[in-house]
Amino acid sequence: MGPMNTFTDIWKQHDFATVAARIAAASEADVRRALGKQGRGLNLDDLAALLSPAAAPFLEEMAALSHRLTVERFGRTMQLYAPMYLTNVCANICSYCGFSAQNRIPRKALDEAEISAEADVLEKFGFDHVLLVTGESSRYGLSYFQNALRVLRPRFSNLSMEVQPLDQDEYAALTADGLSAVLVYQETYDPVAYPKHHLKGPKADMEYRLATPDRLGGAGVKKIGLGALYGLSDWRAESWFVGLHLNYLEKKYWKTKYSIAFPRLRPHEGNEIPVTPFNERDLIQATCAFRLFSQEVELSLSTRESPHFRNNAFKLGFTSMSAGSKTNPGGYASEPESLEQFQISDERTPAEVAVFLKANGYEAVWKDWDSTYDGQTLSQRSEEVAQSVTE
Amino acid sequence: MKTSPLVIAGVTLRSRLFLGTGKYSSGAVMAESLAASGAELVTMALRRVRTDGGHDDIMSQLDTAKYRLLPNTSGVRDAKEAILAAELAREALGTNWLKLEIHPDPKYLMPDAVETLAATKELVKRGFVVLPYVHADPVLCKQLEEAGAAAVMPLGAPIGSNLGLETRAFLEIIIAQARVPVVIDAGLGTPSHAAAALEMGADAVLVNTAIAAAADPVAMGEAFKLAVEAGRLGFEAGLAARSTKGEASGTSPLTAFLTGV
Repeated sequence: MGPMNTFTDIWKQHDFATVAARIAAASEADVRRALGKQGRGLNLDDLAALLSPAAAPFLEEMAALSHRLTVERFGRTMQLYAPMYLTNVCANICSYCGFSAQNRIPRKALDEAEISAEADVLEKFGFDHVLLVTGESSRYGLSYFQNALRVLRPRFSNLSMEVQPLDQDEYAALTADGLSAVLVYQETYDPVAYPKHHLKGPKADMEYRLATPDRLGGAGVKKIGLGALYGLSDWRAESWFVGLHLNYLEKKYWKTKYSIAFPRLRPHEGNEIPVTPFNERDLIQATCAFRLFSQEVELSLSTRESPHFRNNAFKLGFTSMSAGSKTNPGGYASEPESLEQFQISDERTPAEVAVFLKANGYEAVWKDWDSTYDGQTLSQRSEEVAQSVTE
Repeated sequence: MKTSPLVIAGVTLRSRLFLGTGKYSSGAVMAESLAASGAELVTMALRRVRTDGGHDDIMSQLDTAKYRLLPNTSGVRDAKEAILAAELAREALGTNWLKLEIHPDPKYLMPDAVETLAATKELVKRGFVVLPYVHADPVLCKQLEEAGAAAVMPLGAPIGSNLGLETRAFLEIIIAQARVPVVIDAGLGTPSHAAAALEMGADAVLVNTAIAAAADPVAMGEAFKLAVEAGRLGFEAGLAARSTKGEASGTSPLTAFLTGV
């Protein structure tokens, strides 16, 4: 039997409720076996054990191991990045999102001058790594993103995106324009919960979203971000499916880097929805489980979390943090207070976060890529070199 | 107890032990050792096989109803020679399976990564089931997989050295990221080496010298059979935990801040 076509085929082989039940039934012996591997060669059964209720009494041990493995691989460093919201225009109706199409909020899409104004602020903060975020709309699609990349690329060495799923050739075009990474959270891997929360719009197509990282891998995007939006379904099973997805992608697109984030539902504009439990203790358990499962994967700590939590959790497996985030288009330069996608919890400036990290023996990393390494720039440079030689 | 079957290129093999046919004192001893080992896939050097239909001490002793033949290209020095040898083997032995080994150096018989990758691409195009013998090089193994290799055969130690799993750290990476079977080839000297290879998750091992050059090759064939079965069973059973004492220091608990959550 040949390799499967996309992750959707793999996903269909695992029933969400059965996975949840299997995790719930994991034993103390299963947890000890997974811990005994010391972060080497853990399989998906081990991940299930570490995500299970049976692992709760071992949280301190998991945290110590996660910390050690993270320092071994990444050193005492923390990448800092900032999101830049380009638009909040969105064609989707999603139960949990402030940008949801039925919400009566002012809609905005930044033009070139406004994007530059946002860039001015982020540059002053010291950021070199910027995550571009949008809602989903056909009006602000590929050419809009390409233009934004062209405006921002001379000013930041690392540009990543969290936008609607695109086709493979579109991702390839954006990569050629200097895009370094794409984050595309599945939100939920639970086929029962997914349609309950994604009511209308292109995002209602669960399988297209599931296969998005395959299209990213196929397009040669350098880093792919995965994650579930915690609160929509059982967090343990969601996390296991993220692990399944990671495992599949790592083997198939073996030249790509991967990251995982842990967004939790926060208060937002729109109707209140029932949220499944996922508290701070659970978040730490999930983080440590992923670190023990994969020493290489980057783990991201959100500004949705409180300063108290972030100040203690940062060394337990995380490798990147956003700081000083604004989650509305124009939030840094022109519209500080309106149109947020969700409320942030840690209001400290990036400089304050960096000072905190330094005081705790960690170095803030602002720059982790150089556009010189990008193929296009290299060819441009070789043309320049060729020209200077002929002159 | 039954372990899961090994499938290569859609063919289910009854044993995870592959055997070589060189270095035996006689064709009869070879045949007896093969039988004792339970192996199904058997490799033979094309250069030693009579391709003109004349009597041949290896082929005449091999019951082709019982064994699946895996001709190898041992002796070729580059991709071009390997492709010629492969075509000859397919014609002479009636199989499109091929253990691709290219070693330009006759002293240590080190596999040539560059030529092996080039030959794999061409042989896959020509319809061969290619099992390349390579260094324990994780990137090369992924490239071979993408080129269409049916399995990869990284070495455990220099061929014929009987040193065991000297390349363990790299083999672990190869096994972790492989999407085709990983067969550890070369250097396995004792049954416990084979057991350890299967325990760490290798899909199969190929053994020749350790059995052929043993004082009693037939008994050693059986010893490897048992070792491979034990190793695989151990892997599938899930190894028990090593002690993790001392991981959590307790002096300043890392998770104390979660009190109340």
